[in-house]
Parts: sequence; C-alpha cells; structure tokens
Amino acid sequence: MSTTTEETSSEAAVVATGIGKTFDTRDGEVQALTGVDLEITAGEFVSLIGPSGCGKSTLMRLIADLDSPTEGTLEVFGKSPAQARRDQDYGIAFQQAGLLPWRTVGANIGVPLELHGVARPDREKRVAELAELVGLTDFIDRYPDQLSGGMQQRVAIARSLAEQPRLLLMDEPFGALDEMTRERMQAELARIVGESGAAVVFVTHSIPEAVFLSDRVVVLSARPGRITGVVDIGIGRDVHRDEALRETAGFFEKVTEVREALHGTPVTAAAREAR
Amino acid sequence: MSVLDGGARPRMDRASRIGVPIAVGLLGLGVWQLLVGVVGVSAYLLPSPAEIVGEWRANVGPIAEATWITGSNAVLGLIVGAAFAVLLAALASRFRWFDQMLVPVVAALAVVPIVALAPVLNSMFGADSEIGRRTIAAIASFVPVFLNSLRGLRQTTPLHRDLMRAYAASGSQTFRLLTLPAAAPYVVTGLRVASSLAVISALVAEYFGGPRGGLGAFISTSAATSAYARAWAYVGASILLGLGLYLLTVALERGVNRLLAGGAR
Amino acid sequence: MTTEQASLRTGRPRARTRGAQLRATAFGLLGIISVAVLWEVYKAVAPENGVVIAGTRVLPRTTDLAMPHTWEMVARLLEPTTSQAGAAPLWLTVAEAALLSLGIAAVGWLVGTVVGVGLGLLMQFFQVVERGLLPWIVLSQTVPLIAFAPVVRSWGSRIEILGWQWPQWLSVAVIASYLAFFPVAIGMLKGLQSPQRTHLELMHTYAASRWATLRTVRLPAAVPYLLPALRLGAASAVVGTVVAEVSTGYLDGIGRQLISFAGQASGDPAKAWAPIFGAIALGLVAAGLVGLIGLALRTYRRGEAA
Repeated sequence: MSTTTEETSSEAAVVATGIGKTFDTRDGEVQALTGVDLEITAGEFVSLIGPSGCGKSTLMRLIADLDSPTEGTLEVFGKSPAQARRDQDYGIAFQQAGLLPWRTVGANIGVPLELHGVARPDREKRVAELAELVGLTDFIDRYPDQLSGGMQQRVAIARSLAEQPRLLLMDEPFGALDEMTRERMQAELARIVGESGAAVVFVTHSIPEAVFLSDRVVVLSARPGRITGVVDIGIGRDVHRDEALRETAGFFEKVTEVREALHGTPVTAAAREAR
Repeated sequence: MSVLDGGARPRMDRASRIGVPIAVGLLGLGVWQLLVGVVGVSAYLLPSPAEIVGEWRANVGPIAEATWITGSNAVLGLIVGAAFAVLLAALASRFRWFDQMLVPVVAALAVVPIVALAPVLNSMFGADSEIGRRTIAAIASFVPVFLNSLRGLRQTTPLHRDLMRAYAASGSQTFRLLTLPAAAPYVVTGLRVASSLAVISALVAEYFGGPRGGLGAFISTSAATSAYARAWAYVGASILLGLGLYLLTVALERGVNRLLAGGAR
Repeated sequence: MTTEQASLRTGRPRARTRGAQLRATAFGLLGIISVAVLWEVYKAVAPENGVVIAGTRVLPRTTDLAMPHTWEMVARLLEPTTSQAGAAPLWLTVAEAALLSLGIAAVGWLVGTVVGVGLGLLMQFFQVVERGLLPWIVLSQTVPLIAFAPVVRSWGSRIEILGWQWPQWLSVAVIASYLAFFPVAIGMLKGLQSPQRTHLELMHTYAASRWATLRTVRLPAAVPYLLPALRLGAASAVVGTVVAEVSTGYLDGIGRQLISFAGQASGDPAKAWAPIFGAIALGLVAAGLVGLIGLALRTYRRGEAA
C-alpha cells in the first residue's frame, strides 16, 4: 500500500507499513511484531486485541514514540512519530493511572498544560472543563490516594484530553478495574470520545470491551505479533452506547466474530483479510 | 530497549562501570601528587602519597598493633551489640508492650552522639580499660541490627502464618521454616551496616581519653606533634580496617543468603 | 457521574485511635524510665568493684564516684556550675555550649546538604559522573572518615586568606559537613532515580525537557528519599561536631565540655553527666528540626502510603 500520497496522509491519523519490532534481551532477540500494516483514519476508534505478549501494547508504544520500530515505516498525521510527539498530536493513558501522588486532581489534569506553557487562568478554566467532562468537579482538590481506582483512571483520561488531541492512545486503561466500574467507564469513554471527535487506538484484553467501543477491532496473533484479522463493528458513531447496546443481537454477533478471529477458527460471514 | 534506558551496549556498559571509577581514582591520585609536587601545598595541608607510604613502611609494627587494638574493640563491640539487638528484637516482635517501650530509646540512640558517653564509661570501667570503647561500639552497632532484625522478624505475612496453622506446624517448626529464613537476611544486613559504625565508634572513642595504643590515639598524637604524614598513615590503616570489616560482613551476608536460597529448594 | 459512591479513603494512613496513641506514649515513657530503674537496680545489687572476669572488668564499678544516682545527675543540673560566687546554673552552661555546637553542626549540615544535593543532581544528569563517583561515595561510607579530624585541625590554625584568619569553628564545621554530605548525595540520587516508569514515559510523551521532567517529576519524587538522608546527615553532622571539637581542641562547645567535666568527676561525679544530657538534647533537637522539614514537605510524601 502506498502511504506517500498526499491525500492518504492528510486524512489518516496513523499509517503503519510493514512494521516489525525486535527487542534485544538478555536471552537473545525477541520478535514482538512483524509485518504489521494498519491505517487508522481520523476520528476512528480502533481496538487492538490479542493474547498476552502479542505486541499490541508495543504497537501502541511505537505510535507514541516510546519505542522505535526496527522495520517498516510509521506515520502519525503524515509525520514521524517523534515529530507528532513533539507537536503534541496525541494524548495517552496507561493501565496504571500514573497520577503524580503529590498533586491534586486538578493539578494532575493540568500537568501537560503547565509543561506547555499555558497561562494559569486559561489552565484553570480548561482543567475545570475537563473535570466536569469526567465527572470529577467535586474532587478537584483531592489527592490521588483519596480516590478509587476508577476515579483515578478518569483523572488520567481527563489529562490525556487536556490539549484536545486528534489522537488518543490508550493502553488497557480499564485493565485494573472491577467489571462493574469497567462497564460504566466504557460508556463514559464512548461519550467523551464522541464529543471530542478524536481517533483512538485502544489496547485491550476484553472482547466485549473492544466491540462495545470500537469502529474496528484489529486482532493480533501470539508472538511474533501480526495482524490476523480485522473486524468491522459497524455500530456507527451516532448510536448511543449504553447498557441496552450490550444486550442486542448485533453486539453478540460481533463478539462471536471477534472471538473466532482471535481463536483462529474460520471466521464467519464478514471475514476480512488485513489489507 | 526503550527511550528511557541509556542505550549503551552491555559490554561497553560493563567496561565503563569498572573503568570510569578507576579513572576517577587515578585522576584523584594525580591531582593529589600535582598539588603537593608542583603547586607546593604545605605538608600540614596534604602530605604527598610518597611520604605517607614512607611513614607506613617505617611504622609497620606499631600500625599493625594499633589496628589490632582498635579492630578488636570494634569487633567485640559489634558482636555483643548485635547479640543484644537480636535478643531484644525477638522480644519486641513477640510482645507489643516491650516494642512500645523500646521505641523512644532506640529512636534517641539513632540520633544521639553515643560517643559522648566515652568519658564517663572510662571512669565507670577504670581508666586502663578498653571496655568503655567496646561498649560505645556495641551501642552504636545495636541500633541498625535491632531495627533490621525487627523488620526481618515481621516479614512473615498473615498468609504465611495461616498456612503454618493449616499445616498444624509446631512452634519450633514455624520458626525453622518461616521466621528464621525470613529474618536472617535482615539480621546480616543490619550487621553490615553496623560494621562501619562499630569501627568508627571504637576509633573516635579514643579521642575522648582512656588507654592509648589504638589507631585513634596515634592519629591524634601524630597530628598534635606535627607528624602529619604519620597521622595520614594511621588514617590509611583505619580506612583499611573499616573496609576489611565491611567486606567481611558483606561476605557473611552473601553466604547467609546463598545458604537460605539453597535450603529453600 | 459525580454521584458515584466511590469508597473514599482518608488521606493519610489511618491515624491510630486515641486510646492506642495514649498507650504507645505511656509505654514509651515507661521505657525511658526503665532505663533509669535498670541503672539504679544494678547500682544497688552489683558489687562495688563491678564484675571482674579473668582480670577484665566486664561490668562497671557501682561506687557513687563511678555511677552517681540518677536523681543526683538531675539535681546537679540545677546547681551552679562552679563553686565561685555568681556562677550560672549548670544546665544553663551546658545549654549554651550545646546551642553553640548545634549552630556549628547546622552550618556543617547545610554545607553538606548543598554539596550532597548538587552532587546527586550532577550524578543524575550525567551518567559518567555517577559511574565515576558513586562507587567512591559508597566506599567512603564504609570507612571511618572521621579519622581525618585531627588532621583537619592543622589546617585551621595556618590558613589565612587576605588577612582573614580561618576561624577554628570552621574546621569543626568542615568535618561535620563532610560527614553529612555522603548520605545526602546517595539519598538524593536514589530519590531522583525513583520515579515510576509510567511517570517518566508520560513526560516523554509530553516532549518535556530534562529540566521540566526534573522539576515536575524527579524532584518531588526524591523527597521521600531525601528526608531520611537529611536526618541521617544531621545525626552525622552532630557526631562530627562533637568529635571534631574534641580533636581540634575547640573550647566552647559541648565536645570539650564532655572532656573537661569528666576530668572533674573525681570530686563531682554527677557533673560529668550534664554535658551528656546536653549532647543527647543536641541530637534530639537536630533530628526534630529536620523532622520539621519533613512536615513542611508532607504533600510530597503522599506517594509513600501507596
């Protein structure tokens, strides 16, 4: 696939071509990813799913310029990942909330703004907006150790949205939460992302979570990770994602489809080979 | 691997880990010699390494004797202090009230200049006695051994204790299988920390009077009579003594940990 | 979502109940008292000449000369220092000397802390500095550096820069500072290297400069490591001051008082204990002052609970 044309890079958030990643470890080389081709358009919600150690987190870290690929090319909004990082084109959230324990909720949300020289009054205004967006207005002066895990993760999401990025990178942000909180946070995230219009790369272990949130689910195989299937969910951005959606037949169908892709059994009707 | 690691290759890494400190050491030695030989810093500020080595050679006998005196004070103090520390830590881990009684005493011992006791200890044990210095070394060693032992004795988690209870293990079995292996590494770590303190205390106590003959006494008499190179030679001996006892306790720590790792299988 | 009933933990690790606190304080006091009781019981029970085994006295003599009663030690504090008319009470003489030593120790501690923090930063910023210096710093902690004290004494009396005479107390402070600086340098470096990986990666994704990362993440994260190091540094500075006073012959501080009052012990045994109490108070006050710094920086210690 040609990624050099102007039009492709202008509308694509992420274009990965032939990406491979090999780690040098004490026990020799470990191939984490191989031959990954993926294009994520602006505003699209894409989940990366696969067994443990399939390199889905690695792929996200490559996009974030936290690691560099050993093969292939990667473009983020038509730029190198390093340039995209310097331009602050993306926001990021990890499995651990990663809040600074000595800062209040508000000060944590404001960290990126502070680092990039946003003046104090503007900063406070934006932090208040974000706190409201994630429903933490009453907790803005609390410290992280006074919050539940779910609330901490919400602070982290607010922080990742602080600079209105066009791309959100999320590495199992709900992985450490209990199932009830997790489902509620998924609905929250769907709403927030819908409002922001950002593209999302979402790494997860959970099939229902991927189906519930995504426009497209990318399935990776065990090490060395490669894309073995892509499932279009086709729920549409305009559909309200709530508890009712989880009970629909279409939802179950897609869950089955992703599971089959994951387990390698023949995929039913909507099989799509990786492009 | 990631952006956060240095990115140096392993072999170069190891070479620089050993090479750079040695280079710094040689550089320091060079600067020292330069200061003395070329800049002409007076001997009272800094005698030249050559002079110090000369004094060392001329006084091998007295230096060895002084090292023996100070060293044996430090070692005896360390042993006695550590024995008391382990005993009291065992009691404190067993009885909460005893622990609470010891808290302020130990906290005070940790921050107080114990060497201040040296003059009165000399009058308590007699002016010709080395016991006062050994007591100082013992008290100084007590604190780290006690604190580490107590932490070690508290390493057994409720889960482990529940497990032992479920196995209907006897008290001595629990001690052998659980408490001892959990606590022993901490005790020897405490000993390692205490070893330096014991040497420092035994040496410094000599500045406060009492029988002469140890390293501390020789350092201060040499300095007082303007025999600076000789004083530095004795300082060198005390550094070697401190280092020697430290390495001994490091070896003990390694040995105990290896023994426990072997016994675990 | 604001209505979500999250389980809110209290900020600090749960404060113990009032009763338990009271109990701990009572037992603590009991512990201090029992040290005095032990002293008196031994004095009453043991033979006058102590316990001698194989020609070595392993337990001390119990005469009033060797072991004055605890109450005599306390009472002596309230009496005049010397028999001369108008002499200040002993406790005041001791307190003045201890305060002077505290001042010297504080100067030494401050210098040691500044150098230690600076070196910690330098080692964090330049790996080659860490590689080159850290082994030596660790090594130097295991050796009795205080042995240098009598040698430093010789510097003091002979250094004169542009007519400014090196004061003797400065020699004492120099010794105190080089004892204080080692734990601070190591604690600082450990602290600067302590941030979670996530925090550093986050800073990387923000394209934050090293300086910004230092300010936002590394320095605050270093506080829980720095505080114990500062306390250790303070204790070292106090020991260094007391010892250096003795070995440099500095006359006005508590160190010299320990020696000179002990010299008068044959006629006035309880007097020798007064500067010991002074030295104990000195150590406690120094630790307490550093504790205040910890209190001021308590926001940065929130990570400790987690």
